[in-house]
Amino acid sequence: MGKKIKFIQGNEVVVEAALYAGLDFYAGYPITPSTEIAEHMSVRLPKIGGKFIQMEDELASLCAIIGASLTGHKVMTATSGPGFSLMQESLGYAIMAEIPCVIVNVQRGGPSTGLPTSVAQGDVGQALWGTHGDHAIVAMTASNHQDMFSVTVDAFNIAETYRTPVILLFDEVVGHMRERIFMPEPGEIPLMERLRTSIKEGIDYHPYLPREDGRLPMSDFGGVHRYNVTGLAHDMWGFPSNNPKVVHGLLRHLIDKINNNANQLLRYKEYYLEDARTVLISYGASARSALHVVESRRRRRGERIGLLELQTLWPFPFSIVRQKCANAKYVVVVEMNMGQLLQPVRMAIDPPEKVYLANRIDGVFITPTDIRSVLRLIQGKGM
Amino acid sequence: MDGILDWGILDWKIRNPEIRNPKSEIEVIMAVKDYIRKRFFPHMWCPGCGHGIVLNSLLRAVEQLGMRKNEIVMVSGIGCSSRISGYVDFHTLHTIHGRALAFATGVKMSRPELNLIVPMGDGDALSIGGNHFIHAARRNINITAVVMNNRIYGMTGGQYSPLSGFGTLATTAPYTNIDQDFDVAELSQAAGASFVARTTTYHVKQVIDLLKQAIQHKGFSVVEVLSQCPTYFGRKNKIGDAVEMMEHFKENTTPKGSKAKKENPDLIERGIFVQKDIPEYCAEYSKIIEKVSG
Ligand SMILES: Cc1ncc(C[n+]2csc(CCOP(=O)(O)OP(=O)(O)O)c2C)c(N)n1
Ligand code: SF4
Ligand SMILES: [Mg+2]
Repeated sequence: MGKKIKFIQGNEVVVEAALYAGLDFYAGYPITPSTEIAEHMSVRLPKIGGKFIQMEDELASLCAIIGASLTGHKVMTATSGPGFSLMQESLGYAIMAEIPCVIVNVQRGGPSTGLPTSVAQGDVGQALWGTHGDHAIVAMTASNHQDMFSVTVDAFNIAETYRTPVILLFDEVVGHMRERIFMPEPGEIPLMERLRTSIKEGIDYHPYLPREDGRLPMSDFGGVHRYNVTGLAHDMWGFPSNNPKVVHGLLRHLIDKINNNANQLLRYKEYYLEDARTVLISYGASARSALHVVESRRRRRGERIGLLELQTLWPFPFSIVRQKCANAKYVVVVEMNMGQLLQPVRMAIDPPEKVYLANRIDGVFITPTDIRSVLRLIQGKGM
Repeated sequence: MDGILDWGILDWKIRNPEIRNPKSEIEVIMAVKDYIRKRFFPHMWCPGCGHGIVLNSLLRAVEQLGMRKNEIVMVSGIGCSSRISGYVDFHTLHTIHGRALAFATGVKMSRPELNLIVPMGDGDALSIGGNHFIHAARRNINITAVVMNNRIYGMTGGQYSPLSGFGTLATTAPYTNIDQDFDVAELSQAAGASFVARTTTYHVKQVIDLLKQAIQHKGFSVVEVLSQCPTYFGRKNKIGDAVEMMEHFKENTTPKGSKAKKENPDLIERGIFVQKDIPEYCAEYSKIIEKVSG
């Protein structure tokens, strides 16, 4: 762990981590509670020769970073719910055209303009199915600044490795809170650089022909290989095709490259799960309260209770959830929405009836007391 | 090669003896073929579609400027017009409806040494993409926008666009269109574009010439090319086939500032409306980098 300690806001951590990962192009549009990311980027990027641009809206922001990614840059945009909604069409484009990019959504209360300055985790489902058509997506989150840093670096690594957009689903609490962070030293977290083709000029390069390992080496726009990039279903040259075999192969590739690598994409933390009869499953800011409950109950009454904190939300880690909850009598999903992660957890666990929800949807941060009252009800100890 | 032969321009040249010149035609084909992706022909445009003329003119402009294929990025949106990017042997980015200029902004800003050409349909550029259009113009980022204006949504089958104009007919304006249209040249100027020009597919030499000037211009340049969609606009509005539509362009346009315009204010002006030297976006950002880095 780095020696340099900082006491900064979560949104600033995202900026530091992105720069650490090699980001040098950022486009965005201001929106609470993500705006500080754009502000810090506008200060930092030109100092290192990178580029910052404030676009006319979020539609344009995601389009611009896709364009910049194609010229060989590591790119990111950040927004919150309303902006993330606007980005859905180009998110699908990035999936279809396999463009590495990172999209941060610092969640606030919705739907619509909702609660601009309040916390929520209501965009979890949208991150997966917000854009139209069949696809797979990577979405990650974190509950504290140290983890925000490493998850953000991971997001860039994953985007480059799998040629995919990666969504970082933070929330208003972690984004705005200040806490201590040990800044990793250069080289401390491994970085993935873009896989570029070794095919020489004049030899036919197939931008959309996966190698045996499923990866597709890229060639920067402006380089020696000229090819077509499109959001239409396309063949190995990137040229539009509606040949059923080509289309089937493309869709399978887009989905398999993520879902078949779910283990590589999986990030989670566990606390006291060895003997836990009650397992809390949580993520993001909610996991802070969940951990507090777990630790105080173990300390005060020796209760066998533990926490599974998910950092990778999509692809959903079915097997790890199933495995970690195998001996649990109760499983309680703690989140700030009406149960968006409760659904897949119930699918993972047999019988689903032992999975409960402890939530809050009023813009107020879920507290240990909120979780405790749900636990008392479930465990039959009254209020 | 087969596909090239049904490009609208050849068809039209043969029917227009005044510029017919078989020898140079062959030369044109030879020069232009180096810039196309033969693999992707035949193209998808209807016979007589004006978009092929724009493609041909664009390739000739690029060829006459002696540009290298590797230094050109063509970004397009969605529409019949936007398919142009599939046929050219540049770096090509065929994006989503209306957002080509936003993608192009990212490409240009991240690699300012590349030449960005963005062909768009009238709906693509000025309806769904209108906001990106005015903001790219306002920034004066060095991109060449080509508005292939056929006054209709060709790709989706003939609905009215913001450039169809009052009194026209379209599949979604069956009783007559009551939407007023934009004047692309005026709009571009007001939004801050530093090079603005207009011509038509009838005036091929002028298309080539204006595209050359636009590409060489340092700043945001707009070339509006009135293009014919015989399949929908022509048929719906009973203007006739491609040739008749082009004759219509000839009769209803006039060089900018001409006497004819004073006598008949309904004529559409062709030529350059703005050409000015103002700070370019990427160059200005480089200055910021220079100032704050190191
Ligand atoms: C978001 C979105 N809305 C609508 C469409 C359907 N659509 C495709 S092309 C087009 C209009 C094309 O008209 P124009 O831009 O004028 O190009 P043309 O086909 O006339 O060359 C529309 C509405 C789409 N592809 N995406
Ligand atoms: S529908 Fe119109 S614009 Fe589209 S290819 Fe046919 S003629 Fe051209
Ligand atoms: Mg049109």
